[in-house]
Amino acid sequence: MSMAISRRDILKSLMMSAVSGSVLRVIPLKAAEYAHRIVKAEKAAAETHAYTPKFFSAHAYKTLQSLCNSIIPADDEAKGAVEAGAPEFIDLLTSENKDYQLTLGGGLMWLDNTCIDRYEKPYLDCTADQQKEILDLIAYRKNAKKDPSLGQGIEFFSFLRKLTADGFFTSEIGIDYLGYIGNTYVQEFPGCPPVPES
Amino acid sequence: MGEFLVTIQVKRTPKTYDVCIIGSGASGGTAAKVLTEGGLSVALLEAGPPVVPERDYKEHVWPYDLPHRGVGVGGRARHDLDNEFLAPNGAWEIEGEPYVSAPGSKFRWFRSRIVGGRTNHWGRIALRMAPVDFKVRSHDGMGDDWPISYDDVAPYYDKVESYIGVFGSKENIPSAPDGIFLPPPKPRCTETIVKKACDKLSILCIPSRLAILTTPLNGRAACHYCAQCGRGCITASNFSSSQVMIPPAEKTGRLTMITGAMARELVVGKDGKVAAVSYIDKTTKEERRLHARAFILAASTCESARLLLNSKSTLFPEGLANSSGVVGRNLMDTVGSNLGGYFPQLERVPAHNHDGVGGMHMYLPWWKFDRKNDFLRGYHTEFGGGRGMPGVGDYDRLCDEFEGYGTSLKRECKKRYGCYIGFAGRGEMIPNENCYCEIDPNVVDQWGIPVLRFHWKWSDNEIKMAKDMQETYRAIVEEAGGTYLASKGPDGPHPYGIADGGVIIHEVGTVRMGERPATSALNGYCQAHDVKNLFVTDGACFVTNADKNPTLTIMALTWRACDYLLDEAKKGNLGA
Repeated sequence: MSMAISRRDILKSLMMSAVSGSVLRVIPLKAAEYAHRIVKAEKAAAETHAYTPKFFSAHAYKTLQSLCNSIIPADDEAKGAVEAGAPEFIDLLTSENKDYQLTLGGGLMWLDNTCIDRYEKPYLDCTADQQKEILDLIAYRKNAKKDPSLGQGIEFFSFLRKLTADGFFTSEIGIDYLGYIGNTYVQEFPGCPPVPES
Repeated sequence: MGEFLVTIQVKRTPKTYDVCIIGSGASGGTAAKVLTEGGLSVALLEAGPPVVPERDYKEHVWPYDLPHRGVGVGGRARHDLDNEFLAPNGAWEIEGEPYVSAPGSKFRWFRSRIVGGRTNHWGRIALRMAPVDFKVRSHDGMGDDWPISYDDVAPYYDKVESYIGVFGSKENIPSAPDGIFLPPPKPRCTETIVKKACDKLSILCIPSRLAILTTPLNGRAACHYCAQCGRGCITASNFSSSQVMIPPAEKTGRLTMITGAMARELVVGKDGKVAAVSYIDKTTKEERRLHARAFILAASTCESARLLLNSKSTLFPEGLANSSGVVGRNLMDTVGSNLGGYFPQLERVPAHNHDGVGGMHMYLPWWKFDRKNDFLRGYHTEFGGGRGMPGVGDYDRLCDEFEGYGTSLKRECKKRYGCYIGFAGRGEMIPNENCYCEIDPNVVDQWGIPVLRFHWKWSDNEIKMAKDMQETYRAIVEEAGGTYLASKGPDGPHPYGIADGGVIIHEVGTVRMGERPATSALNGYCQAHDVKNLFVTDGACFVTNADKNPTLTIMALTWRACDYLLDEAKKGNLGA
């Protein structure tokens, strides 16, 4: 089967042989479901190459990966943001958006610069304790009140936290972790399951 | 051939159609079906392109199937409804086609330039107006009565519901008349929780009424409960004009669909009737004229008013069908105000398929119709939430609230997933003299067509209604043991959270019907008092804007107007 074939192509070809006897432009339910499955399987087979960042330098991208991993790490329940592809997602959007480039590109440089001031090393070369110390400072807005020089770092981290959550919770891993069940064809809507009393 | 013509030459289409319809949405689609099936030849002009389901619909795509996870290049749609999952359905701003808000006014105008018009966007909420909604002045002294009654429209509500399919339940509630219903789907968890709280507060909460099939109907399959109506429905189980109204019209062989046709003005003959529509073919940028014996304006409430106001002639110096001066006046939208809540009991609900139809399974009809309130008229309430498909931006609030990072953040997000329910009030606005649209004297669009300028101001009645919405939703959330989020107070540009004019996308009233030609533009059959072969059948013809979403009534009024037009045609009154 050609790899170039798309969901759209399949649906289009199905549409050509639309339900006979109906004047409406619809296709049989099962056929549509089949089309989605084929495309999903093909996409899965195609995704195994190493990622080259579109916007971030190699160093900045490694720092981004490290921060994504700290924001949503792997644990005993599910893999984390890096495995879920959050850094790739963030890099893609940033490569296309000047505001993101300022906030994230500039933010990463702020972080390295602040680490050099404090620990004489860029963030990635800091010890785990040092990394935790600086993250604990920029992860909470209230810290800017005590030390206004943290303001830019806090803004940066706040935005990165949202984008990391976006990347994680819209991935297959993240959606499974949340337990979303749906986006499928059911004959009848089952209603609400019994809710346990607290 | 075209390339040898100078561009100002106007091309006349050779044929004179029985009827020309302008706009292919809820009204235009209905008119096309009824008139072609009645035997008339119809030309249907649509300013936008065709909708092609296999190309345009995005059903069953996961966020991770798309590199941008649905928010488009550069995260453009991260805070916008216009995301990659949606089928094309319209836009707040259209390049080259501006509109203007007068100083001190803020009005937003959603336009759907596509076959099917706004039915591509419609939430499919299909509510009948109640008998009292047609006779408001007789009831409370404000506004005006319609020239027609519920009994005039009821047979057409029946016809529309029977054809398009609407689920619901018989309830015998005076403010929310029953219709011809398919069985409603079972409630979701969120809906059972809200229903329980409403029961305790004596607030009505009943199965909603949506134009989505729960059983097969007229060649269309039943809903498969993926909750994605907004992405376009490959099985046409939800209603759209392009999938449900246009195909039967095409089947008659009497429909000529012309897409990319931007109407400029209606051209009047010496006999005072409309002879032709002048339009721009957007592809070739040529001016064209199409002749017909009768014309139906179904271009949307404000676009139809614009077309009439731009159709000035020596016979009609104030614009067509506007001897009363009401065209553009009487502009109404719906009163909208929202409140969200967090419901901790949802944390304990086991993972399950919560999708359902693409809309609410239950809603709150207006329940305080039997008492004196702080404001006139009423509102209904839409609500939704729970375990939907995760999307980009869903965790913004939680990230800001919880802050931090690491496993604790990850688990907090999981714990709170699906525990939010949002309420949206939809209330009746009483028309006032400060809300209208007119032609801007200085601005034209890219086709050289003068654009609309909007004037807008809510009156106290609407603000009081929004206040009542906020109070009601707080009470429901608290009764259910939840916590409400960001309740809105009286101050600021949006008192009690009231949405800007136009934002609820229920604008109606700009070419209203009425018994007296001095104070209305149309008679009860949507026929212009001044111009007998002209009908305006979209939301522009409304006299009031009841709390019911206007689309079902637009279709019923259109069907009724077209039956009348067919009757006139049979009598030979359609003209030569």
